[in-house]
Amino acid sequence: MTATLTPAPESVTQAVRSGPPWRTVAGLALTLILLIAYPFALPTVFAANIGILALTFATAAVGWNLLGGYTGQVSFGQALFFGIGAYTTALGVRAGWSPWLTFVVGSVLAAGVAVLVMWPTSRLRNHYFSIATIAVTQIVMILVTNIEWLGRASGLELPIPDHNGLATLSFNPRDKTPYYFVALGMFVVAWVAGAWLLRGRLGVYAMAVRDDQEAAAAIGVSVRQVKLVMAALSGSIAAVPGGFFAMYVSLVDPPSVLGLNLSIQIALIAVLGGVGTLAGPLLGAWTLIFLQEYTRSELSSTGRSLDLLIYGALIVLVTLVEPGGIVGLAQRIGRRLFGAARRPRPGKGKP
Amino acid sequence: MSLVSVSGMTKKFGGLVAVNDVDLSVEEGEIVGLIGPNGAGKSTLFSMVAGDQRPTSGRMTFLDREVTGWAPHVAARSGVGRTFQLMRGFPTMTVRENVRAAAHLRHRSRASAARAADSVIDELGLQDVADRLAATLTAASRKQLEVARALATEPRLLLLDEVLSGLTPTESRQSVETIRGLQRRGLTIIMVEHVLEVIMGLCERVVVLHHGSKLSEGTPAEVVADPAVIEAYLGSGRRKTPTSEPQSGREAK
Repeated sequence: MTATLTPAPESVTQAVRSGPPWRTVAGLALTLILLIAYPFALPTVFAANIGILALTFATAAVGWNLLGGYTGQVSFGQALFFGIGAYTTALGVRAGWSPWLTFVVGSVLAAGVAVLVMWPTSRLRNHYFSIATIAVTQIVMILVTNIEWLGRASGLELPIPDHNGLATLSFNPRDKTPYYFVALGMFVVAWVAGAWLLRGRLGVYAMAVRDDQEAAAAIGVSVRQVKLVMAALSGSIAAVPGGFFAMYVSLVDPPSVLGLNLSIQIALIAVLGGVGTLAGPLLGAWTLIFLQEYTRSELSSTGRSLDLLIYGALIVLVTLVEPGGIVGLAQRIGRRLFGAARRPRPGKGKP
Repeated sequence: MSLVSVSGMTKKFGGLVAVNDVDLSVEEGEIVGLIGPNGAGKSTLFSMVAGDQRPTSGRMTFLDREVTGWAPHVAARSGVGRTFQLMRGFPTMTVRENVRAAAHLRHRSRASAARAADSVIDELGLQDVADRLAATLTAASRKQLEVARALATEPRLLLLDEVLSGLTPTESRQSVETIRGLQRRGLTIIMVEHVLEVIMGLCERVVVLHHGSKLSEGTPAEVVADPAVIEAYLGSGRRKTPTSEPQSGREAK
């Protein structure tokens, strides 16, 4: 698994390479246009559902990427933050709060929990850290399953509000397009926040910690502080899609918002798209959610385990074929098509 | 005023005494050489000064402030820049980004860190490889990058751990010139080196470690004339290993 999560060097630091050239701006504009056009081009409930879920989990993966991709702390516990967001929204909305307020509260709570979890685990490296994150998340899931006011195993249902609209985040169930645009807005905000953070000193320090903790400390980086801050940011970003998910499906229960499956799914999305790349979460989420929903609808008779089969196959494929994920693959194809013109290949730099 | 001073510095790993009761004081602006055979405790002493290892006992002051057992990032922030003997750094970043990361210690903004990094890159002659990934550099350039990262933190004390070994004579001469330049700028340097000749030409003062203890200290000329140093480096002459003669004879062909 560690091999999978070693980022392809060329793809990684693009996030911090200076100034956005026209190519980047054009790429971003095109992506945004495609995302806006999607529900109009494919006006089915099935397609809208895929889009909503893809953007929701892409947002969670943006959060994961800050800690796992850029700081090198590979977490299999991102569901913890997603779940905190989901339960906060469920409880808040049941108590009559605005869903938007619950997103903020969930986000702050998740950041706090992230710091609490990171405090003792920040010294752990590689898979030791990953195992610890699994353990903590499983413990929380078992706790929640046994707490009365969190609905135990059957979870919490969200009430149907009196009127639909953006304020209550409730829309006509026949048309999922409004949900899609809320999800898109959420993703764009999270993505921009992540990209902005990574461009500055914090992002550079995070990558330094990922690459070499001793060398990072030697240039004055407090490794622990960077990990704590990145964990808090990662958690706060991942909690928002959790809250949105609760509003979208109107039900939260332990396995669906705190389960190990969800943690793996979020990590896999980032890995599949390209660890430590800005485009990774979006590409990975769209690919994985499409495969998941498509197989679920086409091969539903085989039951739920088919998506696990897909996870397994994708992990093997990414590890063997392209550790850089979809972004790495695209770069490889780009290099083959356009030669070494864009970026001199390693070893040929000297005249 | 001494910039850095250690007294009674001792480091034990289980039963092994890596550094044994070493005293060392370095004045501002000095270049001090730290030499000794393999396993003499040079690197361990270094990493205690840089904060990577906590001394078992002993005290250390930096600018007359008690700093025994400080954390490495605190050392760096206080003005200790260090290179690693086995080249480290950030392989997924380019040379320029490596140096810029280090420059961020004194420069909050991207633009200002980038300017500072570029001037360090120029000073060390790394312009040609500045946009290459650190992982793809030659050994000589990587050693330069080690120095560049340390310098970009704008230190008062620079700890150089074998930055000259393994270089070709030309590369080595260039590096010696670079170090002279740093000294002229008023930087205090402690350097660990295997190669005596290099130390001889650069340092005003040399400290010899052997089996973790300070064996000798003085000007380069004094130190190489010290019988204890000669014995530590060359052996007493009587302890010839029985296998050495026939084997070396065969290898000579």
